[in-house]
Amino acid sequence: MSWTETIRTGLAAIRSHAMRSVLTIVGILIGIAAVILTVGLGLGTQKDVSESISSLGSNLLIVRPGSSTSLEGVRAGFGSLTSLTMDDAAALGSKTAAPDIAGVAPEASTAVSLENGDTNWTATVTGTTASWPEVRSRTLLQGEFFSEASAETAANVIVLGSETAQELFGTAWATGRSLTIDSVTYEVVGVLAERGSSDDTNLDDLAVVPMQTYFANISTSTASASVQTLYIQATSQDTLSAAYQEAETLLANLHGITDLDSADFSISSQDALVSTATAVYRTLTVLLVGIAAIALLVGGIGVMNIMLVSVTERTREIGLRKALGAKPGAIRRQFLVEATALGLVGGVLGVGLGITGALTLPNALGSSIVVSWPAAFGALAVAIGIGLVFGVYPATRAAKLAPVDALRDE
Amino acid sequence: MAETHVIRLADVRKTYSNGDIEFQALRGVTLDINAGEYVAVIGPSGSGKSTLMNILGCLDVATSGRYEIGGEDVSQMDESQLAEIRGRRVGFVFQQFNLLASMPAWRNVELPLCYAGVGPAERKRRAIAALQDVGLGDKVNNRPGQLSGGQQQRVTIARALVTEPTLLLADEPTGNLDSSSAREILDIVDQVHRSGRTVVLITHDRDVAGRADRLIEVRDGRILEPNKAALAAAVER
Repeated sequence: MSWTETIRTGLAAIRSHAMRSVLTIVGILIGIAAVILTVGLGLGTQKDVSESISSLGSNLLIVRPGSSTSLEGVRAGFGSLTSLTMDDAAALGSKTAAPDIAGVAPEASTAVSLENGDTNWTATVTGTTASWPEVRSRTLLQGEFFSEASAETAANVIVLGSETAQELFGTAWATGRSLTIDSVTYEVVGVLAERGSSDDTNLDDLAVVPMQTYFANISTSTASASVQTLYIQATSQDTLSAAYQEAETLLANLHGITDLDSADFSISSQDALVSTATAVYRTLTVLLVGIAAIALLVGGIGVMNIMLVSVTERTREIGLRKALGAKPGAIRRQFLVEATALGLVGGVLGVGLGITGALTLPNALGSSIVVSWPAAFGALAVAIGIGLVFGVYPATRAAKLAPVDALRDE
Repeated sequence: MAETHVIRLADVRKTYSNGDIEFQALRGVTLDINAGEYVAVIGPSGSGKSTLMNILGCLDVATSGRYEIGGEDVSQMDESQLAEIRGRRVGFVFQQFNLLASMPAWRNVELPLCYAGVGPAERKRRAIAALQDVGLGDKVNNRPGQLSGGQQQRVTIARALVTEPTLLLADEPTGNLDSSSAREILDIVDQVHRSGRTVVLITHDRDVAGRADRLIEVRDGRILEPNKAALAAAVER
């Protein structure tokens, strides 16, 4: 019996008990769609988290003043909140002392009122150096970031976040315009490209000025030359831990610290955050996929069940086919094709449903679902495999039926 | 053909065992059937008649003894080889018709040709020709449910003959039919026989058996004296 004949017969058999076949197919379909959606949800969440963490910048180390052990309460006041200085920033930026550090962006910020004529808007103004856009992974929409020269001369230049520029100047081109802070006039030299919001900070409502300008005109702190945060960018992902070592050693030396446990600064790495979050979501994904796999297994047992029923029901037909010259192999193939077709149809529909869900659900859930094509094709292959594997036993039973007994069956 | 015996059974025995209980359904049957013969096998139920039919049709194998069909010894064949022999040598006509309800008549008739590896166009041509031979040329697309009992049995005969088998094996072909349909079917069987085919008909009905050239009576797993006179005498009693 040719393959086309076998397939035609198998499909006819599926049609002849349509309701049962549909239910079995739904079982497979749910399993496959569940696998695609859970894998997609896992990957999507992972992507969301890494994106929100890496919106800080890439390969980043963050140095904050204060002892890393201060949380224990014992050294709460030990590390002064003014312990980081521009000298630290300059030292870390030295290529000879810290070859694995690509750039350093010190930051000090405070909220002030920006004025453009009658319009005023309160935003966070940050003092920093010219390497800030590089280190914080920001690009400019208009104009350019202030230069190193204007940073050194404490020029009255300012770079605005897109939202701040919008609030102060409307839709007009902001670059080249001027604004005042505390009656001091600043020239807008650039506007940052939009970045969106991270969890609690609006990354588009801010203003950036040279650090010296900040210290001279804006800072309200009594400790006038202190830096609140140092962002350090490593040369690459691989040198991140080397950069960490260099930063720690250099800062300890500069601050005259011999015991690192009592350091007056703490260094954290966003990559550590990413990898922790990734590990958590990976575990979650494995769990979800495990549940989906169980759903798929149940679907497979459904296929086996329907095939066993089909064999029992058609014992007489099997006997007849054997009497008419069907070899055991032909009978086995016929039932395997039938089981595989159930798996295939369930699989194709399941992949369709899974992908549709992956494309539409994010709107409702607010979390992204990544369609993983390997997972989709894997699931499809698994569906066909399930049909095949769970069809083997019923098909073999059918093939082994003795023609006499099968014909006698009522 | 040098071999004139289509069927040769030599001391065929069949024992069924169910746990400790052994039942001898056939206790040494020796029988030759010549090409072109029309043989009726009769006997009461439990006589071993059905077992004999199963062995003749290669649906079952003998426990011991030798069985040749068309010169081929099937005693030692495996299930796959037996299927091949059945497809090529034997055409079955069952009491229950055993047609597949979901298929039109011609699909039912072409089924044995599917397993024999005949191409689709050739299959359809031969199936329709076979249906025409049994007078159903206008019903080729009807499903079994749309046909009368007699017509269904004619489809079965067409299906049995489409492979041009060595042996037509009919098991109570009129058992489920009214008398006029039964006559119709027996007339077709006569016609098949006249066209030169070997026919073995199994029945418990002596009137049906009366149409055959030769009678074989089975009783307790053995063959009684196979002659028409003995039968006639039996009918008399």
